[in-house]
Amino acid sequence: MGASQSGRVHMFQDLADKTGFSIEQINNLRNRFMYLTQDEDTLRREHLENISNLALNPIRRQIIEAFFDKRNLGEKEKGCLQEIGFEEFVMVLSFFRPPKPRTSDEEMKNIKKEKLRFLFNMHDTDNDGVITLDEYRRVVEELLSSYETIGAETAKAISDAAMLEVASVTVGQMGPDEFYEGITFEQFMQILKNVEIETKMNIHFWNLDKRTMQCGK
Amino acid sequence: MFICFFKNFFFTRTTPLTNPQISGKTRDLATLPPLHWMQSNEETPPIAFSKPNNGDEKNGNKTTKKSFPVLSLNYENVRLPFEISLWVLLASLMKLGFHLMPRLSSIVPESCLLIVVGLLVGGLIKLVGKAPPVLESNIFFFYLLPPIILDAGYFLPIRQFTENLGTILMFAVVGTLWNAFFVGGLLYGVCQLEGTNLAGVNLLSCLLFGSVISAVDPVAVLAVFEEIHINELLHILVFGESLLNDAVTVVLYHLFEEFTNAGTITVTDGFLGIVCFLVVSLGGIVVGAIYGILAAFTSRFTSHTRVIEPLFIFVYSYMAYLSAEVFHLSGIMALIACGAVMRPYVEANISHKSHTTIKYFLKMWSSVSDTLIFIFLGVSTVAGPHEWNWIFVVATLVFCLVARVLGVIGLTFVINKFRIVKLTSKDQFIIAYGGLRGAIAFSLVYLLNPKHFPMRNMFLTAIITVIFFTVFVQGMTIRPLVDLLAVKKKQETKRSINEEIHTQFLDHLLTGIEDICGHYGHHHWKDKLNRFNKKYVKKCLIAGERSKEPQLIAFYHKMEMKQAIELVESGGGSKLPSAMPSTVSMQNIQPKKPPQDRALPQLSKAREEEIRKILRTNLQRTRQRLRSYNRHTLIADPFEDGLDEILIKRKKMKELEKKMNNYLTVPAPPADSPSVARARLASDPQAWGLKSVTEIPTIKVELVSPQNPESVKVVDEFSKKGSQPKGSEEEGGLTMRVPSSEKQRKDKTPDEEPQPRFMRCLSDPGPAAEDEDEDEPFLP
Repeated sequence: MGASQSGRVHMFQDLADKTGFSIEQINNLRNRFMYLTQDEDTLRREHLENISNLALNPIRRQIIEAFFDKRNLGEKEKGCLQEIGFEEFVMVLSFFRPPKPRTSDEEMKNIKKEKLRFLFNMHDTDNDGVITLDEYRRVVEELLSSYETIGAETAKAISDAAMLEVASVTVGQMGPDEFYEGITFEQFMQILKNVEIETKMNIHFWNLDKRTMQCGK
Repeated sequence: MFICFFKNFFFTRTTPLTNPQISGKTRDLATLPPLHWMQSNEETPPIAFSKPNNGDEKNGNKTTKKSFPVLSLNYENVRLPFEISLWVLLASLMKLGFHLMPRLSSIVPESCLLIVVGLLVGGLIKLVGKAPPVLESNIFFFYLLPPIILDAGYFLPIRQFTENLGTILMFAVVGTLWNAFFVGGLLYGVCQLEGTNLAGVNLLSCLLFGSVISAVDPVAVLAVFEEIHINELLHILVFGESLLNDAVTVVLYHLFEEFTNAGTITVTDGFLGIVCFLVVSLGGIVVGAIYGILAAFTSRFTSHTRVIEPLFIFVYSYMAYLSAEVFHLSGIMALIACGAVMRPYVEANISHKSHTTIKYFLKMWSSVSDTLIFIFLGVSTVAGPHEWNWIFVVATLVFCLVARVLGVIGLTFVINKFRIVKLTSKDQFIIAYGGLRGAIAFSLVYLLNPKHFPMRNMFLTAIITVIFFTVFVQGMTIRPLVDLLAVKKKQETKRSINEEIHTQFLDHLLTGIEDICGHYGHHHWKDKLNRFNKKYVKKCLIAGERSKEPQLIAFYHKMEMKQAIELVESGGGSKLPSAMPSTVSMQNIQPKKPPQDRALPQLSKAREEEIRKILRTNLQRTRQRLRSYNRHTLIADPFEDGLDEILIKRKKMKELEKKMNNYLTVPAPPADSPSVARARLASDPQAWGLKSVTEIPTIKVELVSPQNPESVKVVDEFSKKGSQPKGSEEEGGLTMRVPSSEKQRKDKTPDEEPQPRFMRCLSDPGPAAEDEDEDEPFLP
């Protein structure tokens, strides 16, 4: 046990350096990972789907997919994995780490870009680098899916309006025959620049350890 | 006549010297009327008239019979309401005057100017020989303060408030306690020093004084911060603190007052004090919440009596305040809780006009109250009674400032450990500097019983000095300081659809991540609360269809109405609300190859209306492209079905365009004539008719002539009974229906909220849509 302990500590240190978490946080996440996978080594989609609270979330599918998306794991290739290890788990979660207090403006911009990239990847399911109307439509539909009375038409209308707004804001003048492919990442950043992503897209990681011991999750 | 009354008002008081019959109590209203009546009873005709300063009246009556008075003077009857109205008029005229002098109001905050006016008026009154009125605590607490607090509570930005609640509570509770004990303790130390003749001030009095003066005043904070447009975080922190520290102040005040009466303190008393604090604050909130829910529930049934809807809101809130005051609970917190709880539900239930009424009444009352308070502060300063003690006053001032700074720094150090968005030192400076004291402190000291607190006058003087200092010095300098330190200002941008979508998306995403991590955090509980709210509470408290309306749709409705109002306000002419000339249309976005036909959905009226409104948003935004929009979408792909239809509609289009140009009253730039016409239409409630020509996948729109109700029928497939749209029209795209004219609308059932609301809004002259803080979705 001693050998694997030290090996694990070493691995944790690497992870800590790479993702910015502290050793304690990584320990907590490790506990949670083991809990979710029931002590297996890799996490699969079913494990995440078993979380009961997550079942009530309207965008759970996209959240689960995000964990298995190769683009979020720093790889250049596209596609998704079927199962991920602890390292990938932590890497995905590192997108939600609050920025450290003394980060410069430059770094903040980078952090913001990364977080926006994560969001973009969640929307852009076919990996082509743009969010098309259909993809956006699906996003809105999922958001409204918890309200049974709203049909697909309303979602369509909202997403149409949203796309129109993006196009109007970013491209401006378009001739009637030109075709707007979809929202590129730069445009995505532009329309969301007022939403302070770097401060909003964070969760606290400090009191995980007590919770992982709870059953019935 | 007016001047005569006025003279009477001022010179009545000089008559006691000449007329012994009139009582010497010049300030006491209560005795005057009976005296007046006694006088009139002695006259032969039983008509109530008298000239109080006419000493010869009685003699005159005994000798001659008076002829029938054609014109008589009776001031005493109307004295009280008259004086009140005069004061209110004075306050409002002052406010008017300040805004006519923009240079002055940009340097000096309004509150300062009002205090100066109060000083002048007080001086004037004193010159005339009459004693100026003092700000009675009853009047202040029961009539002047509630409108301001209700206004603040009703329009409280809930999202920011709850996100920063921990910080706000820390500042409000711990900060105020620290301030109170620091100031009180040090003052006691100063009083004990040799050389000052303040030995009579015991510790309890000092602590009481400290607790009263340490509370940041919401009225003053609102008055100053509103003008400097600081960013939302700082605004909500200081403002929230000023609201929530009321509970602390109330408890400490009553505590020390009781102790002074009792004479001794024990540990149990201290413990009871803590319990009392919890009871006061939580009790206040509970009382407010109960009344809020009652108000929300009542508003569910007001669809037939729209006119008195605002009344319910005001009365329930006032009752909440008074009920809390009955039990010595925190009235301010009750009022805030009531406003905040009832707002989401009430706004979903009431008509748009009621909403406007509520907004305007609240603003009006709070504005008048605010003005009156500051003027009276000035007048009360002149009225006295004063007891100036250099050392005490200066010591108070210094200690207050020092305590505030130390408190903020210390608390921020602790708080920053728990916050994601840390408070920088610039933020801390503004928070410390924004701790203004105001009329609440003054009124509380005024309430003190001089028997138990012989140094009350000294306290009054000290408090007035501190108030003056904070309002004048800090109030005046905060604006240049904010500019100097380059503190972030409030962002005036409108919320866009995308931002709204992504805010919601983020909420769900973060909740999901928290669930994956097993972390019961902020988002988790918020999500649970939202779900509970949606499942149970909304069904109870919101009438009809609106209870199932998701937030996104509600947001759209709001945006739509706002835009429509803006349209009307801008006269539909040259200036476009969100002037973003863009030629992007739906056609650009849709994929080139036509997708498969969709199965025909059965759209309900309400949903159609939603869709129509949503699409109207697009049209209002991108006005420029209308011309190209129409032309190009009408150039149909000949392989598409419905070509004939399209041709017919195209012809109609041209006819209508011609008609449209006749109705333009504003010389419009030629490029936008259809758009200007559309804008013109927007202000005409009868005219809003949009019909889409279905061609997959684009959405088309057709104009209906405003002046010709018959033409409405031509394209009108929309009867009030909600018949299904004609099947032949539907080819999978969206079809929009013309709303029936206003006449038909009248007998529509009121629970079809979206349509009548919109129509009503169009005929509403409309407020200027400037309040950004109402742009918030109701429930986060």
